[in-house]
Amino acid sequence: MTLTPLSSLTVVLLLMALMSPLQAQDNFKQQRQALVKEIATDLRSSDAILDASELDPRVLDALRSVPRHQFVPDKHKHQSYRNRPLPIGYGQTISQPVIVALMTNLLELKASDKVLEIGTGSGYQAAVLAELVDKVYSIEIVPELAERAAEDLKRTGYDKVITRHGDGYYGWEEQAPFDAIIVTAAADHIPPRLLKQLKPGGRMVIPVGSRFMVQHLVLVKKTQDSDILTEQLLPVKFVPLTGDH
Amino acid sequence: MHPGAGYLLTIGLVSGATLAYEVLLLRLFSLIQWHHFAFMVISLALLGYGVSGVFLALMRQGVSRYFPAVIMSNLLLLALSMPLCFMLAQTLPFNPAELLWDPWQLLYWLAVYLILAVPFFFAANFIGLSLYQFRRGIPTLYASDLLGAALGSVGIIALLFVIDVGQILLILPVLVLVAGLLLLTQSSIWSGRQKQAWLTAILVAGAALLLLLPASLQLNISSYKSQSQMLTLPETRVLQRESSPLGVLTVVESKQVPPRYAPGLSIVSNAELPEQLAVFTDADAMSAITAFNGDFKALRFLGQTSSALPYQLKPMEQVLVLGAGPGSDVLQALLHGATHIDAVEENPQMIKLIQNDYADFAGDLYALPQVQVHQSEARAFASETDRQYDLITMSFQSAAGASGGLYSMTENYLFTVESLQEYLQHLKPGGYISITQQTTLPPRVMPKLLATVSAALASQKLTPSQSVLLIRSWQTTTLVVKNGPVSKQEIRQLKQFSGKYNFDLAYYPGITEQEANRFHQLKLPYFYEAATALLSSDKAQFIADYKFNIEAATDNKPYFSQFFKWETLPEIMSLLDTGSIFLLESGYLLLIAALLQALVASFILLLLPLWLWRRRRKDREQAQPLHKRVLAYFFALGLAFLFIEIAFIQKFVLILHHPVYAVTTVIAGFLLAAGAGSFLSGRLKKRSPRHQVLAAVVLMTALSAVYISSYGAISGFLLAQSDFLRYLLAVLMIMPLGFCMGIPFPAAMSVLGRVHDEMIPWAWGINGFASVMSPILATLIAMEFGFRVLITVALLLYLLAVCLFPADSSTPFARKPG
Repeated sequence: MTLTPLSSLTVVLLLMALMSPLQAQDNFKQQRQALVKEIATDLRSSDAILDASELDPRVLDALRSVPRHQFVPDKHKHQSYRNRPLPIGYGQTISQPVIVALMTNLLELKASDKVLEIGTGSGYQAAVLAELVDKVYSIEIVPELAERAAEDLKRTGYDKVITRHGDGYYGWEEQAPFDAIIVTAAADHIPPRLLKQLKPGGRMVIPVGSRFMVQHLVLVKKTQDSDILTEQLLPVKFVPLTGDH
Repeated sequence: MHPGAGYLLTIGLVSGATLAYEVLLLRLFSLIQWHHFAFMVISLALLGYGVSGVFLALMRQGVSRYFPAVIMSNLLLLALSMPLCFMLAQTLPFNPAELLWDPWQLLYWLAVYLILAVPFFFAANFIGLSLYQFRRGIPTLYASDLLGAALGSVGIIALLFVIDVGQILLILPVLVLVAGLLLLTQSSIWSGRQKQAWLTAILVAGAALLLLLPASLQLNISSYKSQSQMLTLPETRVLQRESSPLGVLTVVESKQVPPRYAPGLSIVSNAELPEQLAVFTDADAMSAITAFNGDFKALRFLGQTSSALPYQLKPMEQVLVLGAGPGSDVLQALLHGATHIDAVEENPQMIKLIQNDYADFAGDLYALPQVQVHQSEARAFASETDRQYDLITMSFQSAAGASGGLYSMTENYLFTVESLQEYLQHLKPGGYISITQQTTLPPRVMPKLLATVSAALASQKLTPSQSVLLIRSWQTTTLVVKNGPVSKQEIRQLKQFSGKYNFDLAYYPGITEQEANRFHQLKLPYFYEAATALLSSDKAQFIADYKFNIEAATDNKPYFSQFFKWETLPEIMSLLDTGSIFLLESGYLLLIAALLQALVASFILLLLPLWLWRRRRKDREQAQPLHKRVLAYFFALGLAFLFIEIAFIQKFVLILHHPVYAVTTVIAGFLLAAGAGSFLSGRLKKRSPRHQVLAAVVLMTALSAVYISSYGAISGFLLAQSDFLRYLLAVLMIMPLGFCMGIPFPAAMSVLGRVHDEMIPWAWGINGFASVMSPILATLIAMEFGFRVLITVALLLYLLAVCLFPADSSTPFARKPG
């Protein structure tokens, strides 16, 4: 029997199907490394990287470690390491990796920090935070998402993320105060209770825009004497606004 | 053979139902998706008309031979495809928000409009084939087509008021089937067993539609619209849904997670928010009904938003709230002691919600002695009232404004130089206009507003740099314009209020750069810079240099939300990888994308078959110059008719005030008049068709010249008249123009019918393709050059059409091939 182009294609397909899951994992890992590299290069010019020209290497390490594909629904798994938001159901998305990188970077976390996340969503952002700090608390209001994220975090070994189903508007009183708060659900105003639960010197990050398009990031800073200031940052470098003047 | 009265009536009914279907689709897609996509999907779906022309041209002899069967099948298929195609289209996972991320979405988009093109294809087959079959009676047939469409455009608006939008999708196919019954019983084309068979088929189809389809259609609203997202919350439910041509209002209650609607609330506010019910317009654009029991303490938060600024400056007695919605701004005025509040809201159902359905919850807000509610469009109210106010306040949201440029193709007469002049004239000396908007970054909405305000102030002999205050919260910007110079006392109060609530000063007369950008820091003090430049004499240079289009919006170019500048495109594209998509003013680009799609589709669907057809028939027919002429003639007509119609719609929105009613009046007026024109041109057998067209175009040009040159005087006169008179006069203005516009199409068609009947379907098709491109092209031209240019281009197209009509009318277009 001679090998026709069609039958050779069949063989290739069969081989692909027989490839071990391990190989797929390796493949994902490679894609992840490539993605992080891409993000690191692209972001050299971002408006949202304060007081430095590059992302904190620890944040990049965290992105290299967290298997994003484990938090992405099966249907979109093959797109896990594209730099794009992906639908996770209930009108929510898993954020674009570059936005996760920027938001995490803005929090300037130390290992000993205690972080609160409002809007667990897929759980991916919480996992990234867990790579950087010891204590991560996360609240999700949609029951189905809360349940799924809790399972996914457990399955991927991020047991230290403590999740809860509930309304993030009131923060997590029992665990307050926090060194950092990350709000991934859109907000019309910043809940006063949440600000109260932020330590003096603490930072809070809020993305503004739609599910598929973050327009800018808001960094809220509580000063040592509890004054509240914000910085509004574009995820890309787009200045000056008036031509070359 | 001449069609009978029954046939003409059926044509009218089918044409009316199809136009109604088009309007209905626009409404449905605005609800389940977003308005701009609705506009594009539906305009592209009209390609069905063009495809029908090609189909008829290629199958001409076959379909003509089986005319009775073909015409009835098309009618049946039209009725069935109306609801089925919509249902099918809404099951596709098309998500416009993902369009820029996921190439598959392009395919879904294509699929959506191809599916929706199907009903239009059947409708166009029905009418196009009728024109071909009864070519001696084209003017009469075309007249009933136009008259039917005119009635359809009025009828659908009436229906949308009384019946839920989901149910109308069943009514229209039933109407088409009734038209079919009428045709069968009134016409002599069908008889005997054939007639019986078709009667049975229609009744079966009718029964199937009514029995198998749900009484009210389940609408798959995009899960990314804010209403859908709220409904995923526990203990959340829809309390009420009201639908009208102005949009679907949905009241949603969430026991666990109330809406917490307080845009612009200070970051240091510790006020508890009262109970609220969310109100969504077309499943998005949330606002809220706030619980009120007369206790003003619960409304404390309304004194801590950036929009509370004007109330700090002096006590406000007479307040005008434009776009009152469910009443937040009215409550704010009450909280600050206003003694008379005129609340203007255009949607009667929104008023009904507060006045009746939730009156108890809202504390009878709209029945309080201080509050007077007016159901009117904001600018209309401003032009009619003779009251003077201490404060005119509005939120930009009410104008469906800043959303990534996606509304850029929508005219907005609320924020133009002329409208701001109008508002200024209703201020007492020392009174204020206050406008609050969601902050967009990089800034473009507020700079454009500043440019517009600056131009309006200068024309009222006020000094822009002395009359403006501007503050920012972390999410909103509030602009206050004073009718007079701002005093030192007012500046003190401004500083005190802003300092207390961490609002940033962005502008006041005499501001220094150090004072700006303190609490909510931007990389540079953009708003301060923009305000300082735009309120000074450096304005023109700043606007020219700015990366977005922030030129003042005017009544001639009322596209406030059009921020796109070609010069900025390369820079944004170079940043695309890092997620700069949000910088793209996508509305404008999507329009261009739609135009390109229409061009490509027209090329594939029209020119290719035409080319093949000509190759096949090369030996038999030598009518090459004729084809080009016919195609060019009908293409020009298709473009020009809608150019004029659209220009008038957009100008008359201002005169007739309300977009929905204005659009309906203008469309119905034009179609009615064009129908009459078509009918009469058929009667004037003594005049050669070419002379008729020439006369019509000359008259049209003269009329348009008068309208364009004295538009200001005409609109000034009309605006001073009562509602009834205004509509009547507007229709009277349209009539002669529409009448003339109804002549060129049937005149040329009749000529074709006599000497070149095989060209009729082609002419019908090319006209259909032109109608797809025309609205998109018209919007682009109006945005770029204004309405006057648009009308001029249309007239040039009509003149071109006259030239394409051959000089010797005895040998129209070309010699009949021997």
